[in-house]
Amino acid sequence: MPINVAVITFPGTNCEYDTVKALERIGYSAELVWHDAVELNAYDALILPGGFSYGDYLRPGAIARFSPVMQAVEEFARSGGPVLGICNGFQLLAEAHLLPGALQKNVSLRFICRDVEVRVDTVRSSLTSLASKGQILSLPINHFEGNYTCDDATLKILEEDERVLLRYIDNPNGSVHSIAGICNEEGNIAGMMPHPERASDELLGSTDGILLFRSLCEGKFSR
Amino acid sequence: MLYELSVEIMPKPGIADPEGATILRALHALGFDVTKRVAVGKVIKLQVEADTGEEALQAAESMAAKLLANPVIEVARVSLVQEHVASTD
Repeated sequence: MPINVAVITFPGTNCEYDTVKALERIGYSAELVWHDAVELNAYDALILPGGFSYGDYLRPGAIARFSPVMQAVEEFARSGGPVLGICNGFQLLAEAHLLPGALQKNVSLRFICRDVEVRVDTVRSSLTSLASKGQILSLPINHFEGNYTCDDATLKILEEDERVLLRYIDNPNGSVHSIAGICNEEGNIAGMMPHPERASDELLGSTDGILLFRSLCEGKFSR
Repeated sequence: MLYELSVEIMPKPGIADPEGATILRALHALGFDVTKRVAVGKVIKLQVEADTGEEALQAAESMAAKLLANPVIEVARVSLVQEHVASTD
């Protein structure tokens, strides 16, 4: 059976089809799962894709966090399954306290949509287990609230425990310590602001995102 | 009884407030040099059904903690604006 990934969809999500396409391109099966789903155990990995769930009302991810599916996401994650939040999905995982910190407005107060370079800083996570430490990836960002922040104690823990997965080479949004992606203590839950699904085909200008999807589904934390 | 409450949500001290900083620069450019600091937040107005003002305040505090503000980056301050309001529905 091919690897089967759930791409969780909320009202206002808009990167779900790009994500499904990217996964199918590397031979995986991917299904859109609506936000009222309560059972996710049949899947090999979960992806919370980018977009504007619930119109980003209140704060990005603040409303989606209370969707029925989030209970199932939490159970899947607590059992060690690989979970990836991309952009709005990262914001949502932070709102749900599955990842520490928060994403605030870019320091420039501008929506940024362009390719950036990020460095893989640790390979002990579901997202990066097949990458090499120090490897540079070219991935697009597309966000207004991508400026990662957390308190000093949390930042110290993230750095000491090597939980910063991806770091911007040239910090585009003001993120503390140029953080582009982090993981939880166990390493199975990962969140990143850049969009790997938009770097999954030569036609898109980069295929660096494929390595991250492969890590998620076939790497150290795969089921 | 219906109470009107206001939840003021501001960036937590130490959290960057680029919007406030930009407005401060604009005010200085307009000659308002007297301005020393600008902070930008938001206000959420609530109408809450409760027996007492205290009960309404407690409910709003709980809403702020659970949903309205993110304590990682924001501070919420709840206040009672008015009691016996006529519903605007």
